[in-house]
Amino acid sequence: MTQFVFWTLSGVAILGALLCITGRNPVMSALSLVLTLFALAGIYVLFDAHFIAVMQIIVYAGAIMVLFLFVIMLLNVGRPDAGSDVKGKVGKFWAGFLGAALIAEMAAMWRLLPGESFRLPAGTLAGLTAQRGAVGLIAEPLFRAYLVPFEITSVLLLAAVVGAVVLAKRKL
Amino acid sequence: MLLGPALAVSAILFSIGVAGVLLRRNAIIIFMCVELMLNAVNLTFIALAQQLGPEGQVFVFFVMAVAAAEAAVGLAIIIAIYRHRQTLDLQYINLLRG
Repeated sequence: MTQFVFWTLSGVAILGALLCITGRNPVMSALSLVLTLFALAGIYVLFDAHFIAVMQIIVYAGAIMVLFLFVIMLLNVGRPDAGSDVKGKVGKFWAGFLGAALIAEMAAMWRLLPGESFRLPAGTLAGLTAQRGAVGLIAEPLFRAYLVPFEITSVLLLAAVVGAVVLAKRKL
Repeated sequence: MLLGPALAVSAILFSIGVAGVLLRRNAIIIFMCVELMLNAVNLTFIALAQQLGPEGQVFVFFVMAVAAAEAAVGLAIIIAIYRHRQTLDLQYINLLRG
C-alpha cells in the first residue's frame, strides 16, 4: 500500500514538473508546480514528516505560489500573442543533454545509501513522532541545537521584506 | 524501504528543474524551476531524515524560509526589471554582457 501511494505520488510529482517546464502559459506552469508541491507533501507524510508536509502546503503551495501567480497576473505575461519562450534547438539540446547527464550521474550513486551503522532502527522516527508530537519533533532540535540559525533566519526574512518593498516601489 | 526510490525521484525532479532553467527564457518560469530544484533537495533531506534522525527536517524548515525570502526578493526584482524593459525575456536582459 505504501509502495503504491509512493509511486503514484512520485508519478504525479514528475508529471507536474514536466508540465511546469514545458507549459506554454506561465499560469499553467505555476499550477503544475502547485500539483508537484502537493504530491511532494504527500510523500513527506510517507516519510514521517507530518509537520513539514503541512508547512509545504501552507508556505509553498499557499504563500509562495500565490506570490508567483500574483506577479504573473500583475505583469500580464503569457499573452496569447506573446509567442513561446522555449529556446531553440541549441537550448533544447543542452537542456536535454545536461538533464540526462545529471540523472545519469545520480543514477551512478543509486546504491550509495548511508551505512547500516549510521541508520536509526526502522520505525524510530514514527515512534518519536508518537512520543513528542509532530511539532515537538521539529521544535526540540530547532530551539535547542539550532537556535542561532533560527534567529538568523528571522533577520533574513526581515531583510527580504524590506528589500522586496524597496525594490518593487515605483520610484527608488 | 523507500529511501532509494525517494532519492531517485529527487534526482529526477532536480534534473527536470535544471533542464527547465536551460530550456526557458521567461524569468518567472526560470524562477519556478529554481523552486522545483529546492523542493527536490527538500525531498532528499526528508527521505534521509527518516533514517538519520529528525535534524534533516529542521534543515528543510530553513530551506523553506530561505526559499520564501528568495521568492519575495526575486519577484520584486522581476517587477522592477519589467517596469524598465517591458519584457521578461532573458534574451533582452543582457546589461552585464558587455
